[in-house]
Amino acid sequence: MIVVFAESNNGSFKKASFEAIQYASQVGNQLGTQVCAVVFGDANNLELLGNYGANKVIHVADARLNNIESKAYTTAICEIAQSENASVIVFSNNNTAKAVAPRVAARLKAGLVAGAISLPDTSNGFVIKKGVFAGKAFAMVNIKSAIKVISITPNSFPVVQSEATASIESKNIDFKANDFAIKVEAVNKVTGIVPLGEAELVVSGGRGLKGPENWGILEELGTSLGATLACSRPVADSHWRPHHEHVGQTGGTIRPNLYIAVGISGAIQHLAGVNSSKTIVVINKDPEAPFFKAGDYGVLGDAFDILPKLTAAVKKFKAAQNA
Amino acid sequence: MKILVCITKAPDTTTKIGFSDNNTTFNEAGVQWIINPFDEWYSLVRALELKETNVASAVHMITVGKADAEPVIRKALALGGDEAIRIDGESKDSFYIATQIAEYAKDKAYDMILTGKESIDYGNSSIGGMVAEMLDMPFISHASKLDINGTIATVNREIEGGEETNSCNLPIVISCQKGMAEARIPNMRGIMAARTKPLTVVPPATADELTSIVAYDMPAQKSGIKMIDADNMDELVRLLHEEAKVI
Repeated sequence: MIVVFAESNNGSFKKASFEAIQYASQVGNQLGTQVCAVVFGDANNLELLGNYGANKVIHVADARLNNIESKAYTTAICEIAQSENASVIVFSNNNTAKAVAPRVAARLKAGLVAGAISLPDTSNGFVIKKGVFAGKAFAMVNIKSAIKVISITPNSFPVVQSEATASIESKNIDFKANDFAIKVEAVNKVTGIVPLGEAELVVSGGRGLKGPENWGILEELGTSLGATLACSRPVADSHWRPHHEHVGQTGGTIRPNLYIAVGISGAIQHLAGVNSSKTIVVINKDPEAPFFKAGDYGVLGDAFDILPKLTAAVKKFKAAQNA
Repeated sequence: MKILVCITKAPDTTTKIGFSDNNTTFNEAGVQWIINPFDEWYSLVRALELKETNVASAVHMITVGKADAEPVIRKALALGGDEAIRIDGESKDSFYIATQIAEYAKDKAYDMILTGKESIDYGNSSIGGMVAEMLDMPFISHASKLDINGTIATVNREIEGGEETNSCNLPIVISCQKGMAEARIPNMRGIMAARTKPLTVVPPATADELTSIVAYDMPAQKSGIKMIDADNMDELVRLLHEEAKVI
């Protein structure tokens, strides 16, 4: 059995969970085994996880699991993995998985590949590709243990839906007293936007925008595309924009389909966070900006002149598409 | 309160990455090694702050690596801290490294073990969670703020799409990221003091390597940037739709 952790947020699932299930389903096809999705806490429409390749869903409805507690999650996932005789456990490599997957791997003495971007190559071992050195290279990692843990980089694999549905099984886990040692005092979630780690389209601003009061033209471009906003380190450090928007080596690492960098010179530390983006557009008035060497499309000129024109062009394109 | 800070060396961000032996070995010639920034700027400096404010009584740092890791751990000692431990083993497998740290720490009564949120070379984000599991301790990942009140740690952590405030009794393992503390530069007094601080070399415990890197690969070269006239944004939108197929 392939066990895949399908994270639910306030009862519903995000694309990253579907992507992980689909990846698990392809590994299952390779190994000739089925897929069991594991869901914790509040969750709806579980049978629909079958659309993405889950044969079975095991739901642990314990409300305490609505908070991410790495120890309790590990207890539940490991118990299910053992009862299902799992050979592979799949996660989507987000903040939750980074807290839980290493624990699961340690408890089961299972080799872990975090940030996988390929299916396993089983022709000689169990070899998976992942990005290393901040996106400057790839490593092929062989997992040698009997049980394997794979945490996939979000937005790396296609997601297609079928009509299949999954069977649902409820399960109670006998947690230990110290499985819930962490108390959640407060939660502050940014609502209404796609989080950067999951965003397919990202519009990002740098010092070239000269001040927080000028972010309106970037927001308009973002809105016209349905893109999430990001920023460079100096912008976050100067408190022009909130820290959660900061991408780069010390901020978030992202992998959107489209990254539009406006007024960002493209220092190597910034590129480390965004160079896995599928398509990069660079808008800068400095022809020597290093970002032009890392981009796919470039526009040389003043952002204050270009952004309104680009927003207008996007709106025109969207209107023509919807016509 | 005793704190153990996990340190690893990493190639400086500006290092040119290359491989040898038919792309099976990272070419270390000419590589400038630094303390992994997440270990240094966030977990180590926060631990030092806790000692300076008399919350912590001792700050120890541990690294798993051969003798070539010593300059980096001496640099960490120059920032502060009381002593360092080098486990004389080398591996790129997280389970092996975490086992070494857990085996050393298990009978030393540390109240808190800090790691960076990830290393900038292999980026697995896995040592903290594994050490916590091996020591049966709670684990808080991606912490951006850490305060200690008696035996309780209060931590802000990044979660998907936001932030959470957690509290937990010690002992605990925490992985640290931006926001936790400000970067420091070692001063001459620190550098001189570091030379005489204890650096204990400990033989590695028996541990399995559950993964191994069999080869490296470089990303395909970008085919070169396509410049678009600033007065022709319709063309950029067309290319993004028809050629890049991203909108």
